[in-house]
Amino acid sequence: MAELLQTTALSKTFGGLAAVSGVDLSVTEGEIHCLIGPNGAGKSTLFKLIIGTYPPTAGHIKFRGENVTEERPYQRVKRGMSIKMQTPSVFKELPVRQNLHIALQHHVTKAELAREEERLLTLLDLAADAAKPAGVLSHGQQQWLEIGMALALKPKLMLMDEPTAGMSPEETFRTGELIQQLNGLGMTILVVEHDMAFVRQIAQRVTVLHFGKVFARGSIKEILADERVAEIYLGKTHEHL
Amino acid sequence: MLRLVNGAQTVGNGWPFWMSFLAVLAGALVYPMFADSYDVGNFAYFLIWVFMAMGLCLMWGYCGMLSFGQTFFFGIAGYSYGVLAIVLGGGTMTVLALVLAVVLAGLSALVLGYFMIWGRVGGVFFGIVTLSATLVLAFFLGQTAGPEWAIGEARLNGFNGMKGMDPLNIPWFDDETLYFEGASLYYLAIALIVVVYLGLRILLNSRFGNVIVAIREDPQRAELLGYDVRKYQLITFIVGSSLAGLSGVLYTSWGQFITPGSIGLPAAAMPIVWVAFSGRGDITATLVGSFLILYAFQTITVYSQQAALVLMGGMLLATVMIAPQGFVIGIARTIGRLFRGRGAGNATSSNTGS
Repeated sequence: MAELLQTTALSKTFGGLAAVSGVDLSVTEGEIHCLIGPNGAGKSTLFKLIIGTYPPTAGHIKFRGENVTEERPYQRVKRGMSIKMQTPSVFKELPVRQNLHIALQHHVTKAELAREEERLLTLLDLAADAAKPAGVLSHGQQQWLEIGMALALKPKLMLMDEPTAGMSPEETFRTGELIQQLNGLGMTILVVEHDMAFVRQIAQRVTVLHFGKVFARGSIKEILADERVAEIYLGKTHEHL
Repeated sequence: MLRLVNGAQTVGNGWPFWMSFLAVLAGALVYPMFADSYDVGNFAYFLIWVFMAMGLCLMWGYCGMLSFGQTFFFGIAGYSYGVLAIVLGGGTMTVLALVLAVVLAGLSALVLGYFMIWGRVGGVFFGIVTLSATLVLAFFLGQTAGPEWAIGEARLNGFNGMKGMDPLNIPWFDDETLYFEGASLYYLAIALIVVVYLGLRILLNSRFGNVIVAIREDPQRAELLGYDVRKYQLITFIVGSSLAGLSGVLYTSWGQFITPGSIGLPAAAMPIVWVAFSGRGDITATLVGSFLILYAFQTITVYSQQAALVLMGGMLLATVMIAPQGFVIGIARTIGRLFRGRGAGNATSSNTGS
């Protein structure tokens, strides 16, 4: 399988602090790749570098073979990235259906709009709330709506920053199932996560960050068996992972 | 046609609204036949300002950019019209002066907007920078009293303002010239308002309108959906500011004068009050509310200008404290709910799409 996303020697410093330092990361087409690490490991900073919110201090990012290091977020989105932020980022004053409409309108024809809206509303279990302002939905529903907006772009690569933050265990499990379902349809997914139960549910390959550097990488089985990861991750034995 | 002007971004999408619209328009068209010519001229004067209010509604209410610069572009276009009308020799060249003056206001918005939006000036700082530009222009024009401040025959005249430009006029039948004054200016303003109002409704209910509303709600999410937020903001700023320019041209043509006083701080605050009170979230509320406020303001000004200004301040306070979304839009939504309540039995679909 071809490499979809590749970062080379990617670094970001804030003043004297190296939040991300020389990270080489590659995400292969068709996989679910999880980026994990303890608090302060640089996961969110790396995520923001990949989506273009932060400019890197050094290194470069390739997406589908093109250097996108200097591009703004909307340009990367147009190339096929789609992004789910950590806190629900939806248009709260607008109805749920209009949220999806805005996400869809530049990617599907007018004739397909209503059908796609319905498909997503059903997929996200939000059909009954379609006319409600997005701001009145529960936290978990807002997370799902944002996932739906990201899906509306029909991305090549879905980037998710802690997609289950604030969700109940049941919602978390359903989100894991949804991610696996999307992956089954051929979508590549990169997830930043610290909930190891969730990572175990979905991950195929894992990259572990520690102090802004790549500490370990491998299959989920390899990572779970790695004593060093267990120690740096929670400072505990690997049974806790 | 109705599909284009109706949609999620505008209040009033059903037949009761459009029947009311036609009734009001018909009333406005026959009004000069029954009214005193002084009153018609006054109404024309109120209508002139409505473009500026609609422009601010577009920028602030729909796109989330609070511009304090409406009178900056009003002044740019107003003075440009004055200068061009004189330099081009007046007469029917005033139409060209109108077009060029509005284009100049649009170009000024392009330059100022580019530096602000690309420079990531947002939120309250957007208001501060636009207000600063407005004050700079007002102070600059105030010190142009000397004879050296002239463009061709056109003297700027400092605080006294410039005068002597022809009003807008076009060739008419039998080698006559139609000057847009009194009733003819009133009809011109009505025609322009209908065109601008319907044009804005089409724009707001289009894909473009959906995007600017999304930007108002969450600019980062809008960008993460693949929209270049800066371009949408800049286009919105240019359109909204150009409408202020149109008000400036019509104002200068109406009175055949313009002074820095129509640009400075008290004048710059007025559009904010009109739009806030009316309801910045809807273009119809702004159109109706601004006209009513201007009417009320002038009626009170006849007795006491200070009282009128106090009323404006009071209205702004009341809006902030009691109805942050605006009074006119609140009333319009209540009426809408009443109509929907009555028609609920046979309504099969709501018009929330775009």
